[in-house]
Amino acid sequence: MYELIGVTKQYRRGQERVDALAGIDLKIAQGDRLVIQGPTGGGKSTLLQMLGGLDRPTAGSVFLDGTDLAGLSEGRLTAIRSRYIGFVFQSFNLIPTLTAQENVETALVPLGVKAAERRRRAAEALESVGLGERLGHLPSELSGGQQQRVAIARALVKRPQVLLADEPTGNLDETTRDEIADLLEGLWRERGLTFVMVTHDSSLARRAPRLATLRKGRVTVTENPKAAGTPAPAGKEG
Amino acid sequence: MVQGFQTLADSTVATVAKQSGVDRAVGGLSLVDLKIDGEFRRGEIQRGEGRTQGQGGQGQGFGQGGPGGGGSGDTVTGGGASFGVDSFTLYGTDVTVPDLGPLTTSTLTGGRTFRTTETDAAVVVVDSAYAQQKDLAVGDELTVKDVKFEVIGIATADSGQAAAQVYLPLKRAQTLSGSAGKVTTVYVRATDSTKIDAVKTAIQKNVSGTTVTTSADLSQTVSGSLDTAAGLASSVGRWLSYAVLLAAVLVAGLLTSAAVSRRVREFGTLKALGWKSGRVTRQVVGEALVNGVIGGVLGIAVGLAGAYAVTAVSPTLTAELGASTGGFTGRGGMGGMGGGAGFGGGPGAARTAAGRSVDIALTAPVSLTTVGLAVLLALVGGLVAGAFGAWRASRLRPADALRRVE
Repeated sequence: MYELIGVTKQYRRGQERVDALAGIDLKIAQGDRLVIQGPTGGGKSTLLQMLGGLDRPTAGSVFLDGTDLAGLSEGRLTAIRSRYIGFVFQSFNLIPTLTAQENVETALVPLGVKAAERRRRAAEALESVGLGERLGHLPSELSGGQQQRVAIARALVKRPQVLLADEPTGNLDETTRDEIADLLEGLWRERGLTFVMVTHDSSLARRAPRLATLRKGRVTVTENPKAAGTPAPAGKEG
Repeated sequence: MVQGFQTLADSTVATVAKQSGVDRAVGGLSLVDLKIDGEFRRGEIQRGEGRTQGQGGQGQGFGQGGPGGGGSGDTVTGGGASFGVDSFTLYGTDVTVPDLGPLTTSTLTGGRTFRTTETDAAVVVVDSAYAQQKDLAVGDELTVKDVKFEVIGIATADSGQAAAQVYLPLKRAQTLSGSAGKVTTVYVRATDSTKIDAVKTAIQKNVSGTTVTTSADLSQTVSGSLDTAAGLASSVGRWLSYAVLLAAVLVAGLLTSAAVSRRVREFGTLKALGWKSGRVTRQVVGEALVNGVIGGVLGIAVGLAGAYAVTAVSPTLTAELGASTGGFTGRGGMGGMGGGAGFGGGPGAARTAAGRSVDIALTAPVSLTTVGLAVLLALVGGLVAGAFGAWRASRLRPADALRRVE
């Protein structure tokens, strides 16, 4: 599914040059579940942005099913994001003035899905994450865990091939964290998604079949055969 | 005697009142009381011895010495004329309509005004300047054409120039001057200050032989510092309007831009979800446009309320007048319609006011054009603000949405 070759990302912070990613080589197979860990500023989110086509590498290639995302136009990248990739953010990133159902519908707007169909699929997606009774609620009327469930429904309503989650449990308490982690794992297993998650939480990392640790822009991948779920294909160090 | 060049039948008042946009119309009769006292003396001829010598007599007031005589040897001595002229202006006013007519531009400073039942009473209201000149007070008697009138009130002109020196009931004025059923002036009040021009046009078209003078026309005749003050006020008002408009558009733009900044994560998220930049841009412009429409509607509501308040309170601007021909101003409407005499045919027209102050009541007329312009400006403001916000939103990189949570 994904193949990253020599991916480098450099930033300028004032006069200083920052190497967020320093020549990453990484393979992620279809249906893989990979957790990315590492210290703050280690390049985790930058790597996730590369996988999601939200940012372009300074050097190197990011292949998704054989297409190099680094060489695509902004329009093509937008089209790929809208169709194939679902995002879940730490702060949920829901639109505060829209209801849960309307928030989920926003993911279907760029696909040109008609309004009635959007509403139906959004309701279905919310049902699947246990929020069938909260369709008309605004984000402010929902708990943190419920908001994250809405965000997950939004990410999955378009039936993507890839789910990218950036610290999805970072703003949640322990009980809710476990509920969300269980939900994500269940959906990954059920739908055959390729699931990449950035987290600081070691307990979540231990549940993943593959763990990528990023330090100073370099990645080390370790296998965890004891983890539940689909066995991961072999990765390689970058 | 009637002052002016011609009179109108008082049926004209009813004709004028029927014109579209006319709220009320009343007639007025402008008169002047002129008394001339004096004598002519014949010169005496003295048969002389070939000398010619004349000596004119000396008169008072407009008196003029007579010419010296001529002749071969005869002499004319003495002779000539001596005249004293005493005149004052009167105004016959329709006492049944106290809120329209010449007295509306004066404030009662003593006694009372006419009662609506005093249509033919021998009572007068005297202008304060004339009362002072003639030492008249409330309760005194004033004789006009051998008829004694009781002074019931003293009025002071609001606008530097009184319409007349003495006001009396219209019917009484018509009887005194032998002008029964005649008027010289028709006072007209429009239903709406924005319809004044239309009313003027309608009267000029449908009532022949009239000269229509609106309050705007009257204001143009006022010279000196009033013009300067009006020009200054107009100029300041215009530039202030431009400044406020520019500021409003800038503030709207900045607020939209600030809103985009505040919602950077929202727009970034939409882009991450696959929304094209164009769609996000349209969303921002659309929202700004809706805000513009809502702002426009609110602005019109507040503006109408403000205009109503200004008109209700009618704050006044005071300007010092230099020497100028006088007249009178209307009250938020048409001032007067002269019966051929122009300038309302007001008897005060010949008076000169030196160093008098003029109070101008401010009104805030509202027209459909103004409202339409306000809506247009609100929409343009919304579009400008939206374009500014959209420009910022289009420059947003979707990666920002994720960076915010790092």
